[in-house]
Amino acid sequence: MRETILAILEKNSKINVADLAAMLGEPEAAVANEIAEMEKEHIICGYHTLINWDKTSEEKVTALIEVKVTPQRGNGFDAIAERIYNYSEVNAVYLMSGGFDLTVMIDGKTLKEVALFVANKLAPLESVLSTSTHFVLKKYKDHGTILDVLQNDERMSVTP
Amino acid sequence: MRNPLSDKVVGIQPSGIRKFFDIVSEMKDAISLGVGEPDFDTPWKIREEGIYTLEKGRTYYTSNSGLKDLRVEICSFLKRRYGLIYDADEETFVTVGGSEAIDLAFRAMLNPGDEVIIPQPSYVSYLPCAVLADGVPVIINLKEENEFRLTGEELLSAITPKTKILVLPFPNNPTGAVMTKENLQEIADICIDKDIFVVSDEIYSELTYGGKHCSIASIPGMKERTIVINGFSKSHAMTGWRLGYACGPNNIIKQMVKIHQFAIMCAPTNSQYAAVEGLRNCDADVENMRTEYDRRRKFMLTKLRGMGLKCFEPFGAFYIFPNIAKFGLTSEEFAMRFLEEHKVAVVPGTAFGDSGEGFLRMSYASSLNNLKTAMERLEIFIKSLN
Repeated sequence: MRETILAILEKNSKINVADLAAMLGEPEAAVANEIAEMEKEHIICGYHTLINWDKTSEEKVTALIEVKVTPQRGNGFDAIAERIYNYSEVNAVYLMSGGFDLTVMIDGKTLKEVALFVANKLAPLESVLSTSTHFVLKKYKDHGTILDVLQNDERMSVTP
Repeated sequence: MRNPLSDKVVGIQPSGIRKFFDIVSEMKDAISLGVGEPDFDTPWKIREEGIYTLEKGRTYYTSNSGLKDLRVEICSFLKRRYGLIYDADEETFVTVGGSEAIDLAFRAMLNPGDEVIIPQPSYVSYLPCAVLADGVPVIINLKEENEFRLTGEELLSAITPKTKILVLPFPNNPTGAVMTKENLQEIADICIDKDIFVVSDEIYSELTYGGKHCSIASIPGMKERTIVINGFSKSHAMTGWRLGYACGPNNIIKQMVKIHQFAIMCAPTNSQYAAVEGLRNCDADVENMRTEYDRRRKFMLTKLRGMGLKCFEPFGAFYIFPNIAKFGLTSEEFAMRFLEEHKVAVVPGTAFGDSGEGFLRMSYASSLNNLKTAMERLEIFIKSLN
């Protein structure tokens, strides 16, 4: 049941427990309980909203930064990752395979704000060897959802 | 002027669903649970292949029986999914949707006066197609108490010396009923004993829940007397591509291809290339759609039963078939009032045969939001009837 609940919530965290229980064919209390358990175990880490900020008046820039670092004996990449993810400007940090070590996603109001963060905070960190900053120009699809398309049902309304 | 028309054609009743469509299409803001096709777009891989094929200029006829690659993929699909073994050249051909295959099967097999047993409620085209092919339809009214399965007893009581074909429409539109292997064995024994052929319409075979589809042609002794009809419309959400296929004994397939050759020439080339991709690389897409339908199916079942409606659990297709007889309205009255008073379109069971009286077909090939709103409105409506 857990995986099914998660698969549904991942696509629609707004769904209420009654509907979720109906979709699973399980009692409401059992589903509510399972969700509570998963929140406690931090399997469910939060409920977010997918927003197309481009359609608002809010100024917002997102940057993807490729970071090369020196891993530390005993801690590997975890200690340096922690020093980076604790900054509130940092939205996501992933350890990567391949040509660099960490992907750091940063949200800021202006290009300058993000660039200064990289120059003043990220790049000077002792273990950081190099950074390469890429700004996001347009988000087409995020979290499996195409952002700028309204889905219309073009089927004929009644068919055999 | 002489009467320009054929008496046979004029005598055929137009589909009962048509009238309903006309009314619903006037209502712009109605929620429709009346749609008999997937609400998913065709998986992108398939659409992309269609585009690519056009770019390459593959815009010519294919052979009458369809692209060899497609026939080979169809046979390998039928083998891996249902254990059916068919020869891609001798026993398989590609049609314009499953519906063409239904028409061709009747035309290739029936002589005037031959009887065709049609279990109902079922898809609207079996009966008129049988009549157009000079067959005589014999209806079996399937029963809710049997979960709309066909029983051996029902079949035996409909058989006469003139019976030639049994239509086996499972997983069923409109009821969502499926036949288990045991059910099919019982039917197969009778067909073999009475020397009856089966036209098995398995267009919803990929949409079964809680158990894999079983084809009657996989039962020993049945392959030689069964035409299996299937297609891409439901499994791969490809209704508009118009692509289906038929498999069966060579002597019947050969005659079906003959009619197809003169009447149609070949199925759309573009669709055929796209479908090859669908069978090669889209099992996961099919699985995802099935998973989504299954969730909505359970949602609908829970909601309908929760508001006190009698409703058997459907294990196939994307329809649910609640019993509304207790409200004292006919299916058509119920559906019409529900539409007029609450702007939700459902199809009266009677559109699929007289035995659909007292039932509604609700399609859950619609977004969860739509289903939810429709169920809220249904609950309000049935409270107003009590």
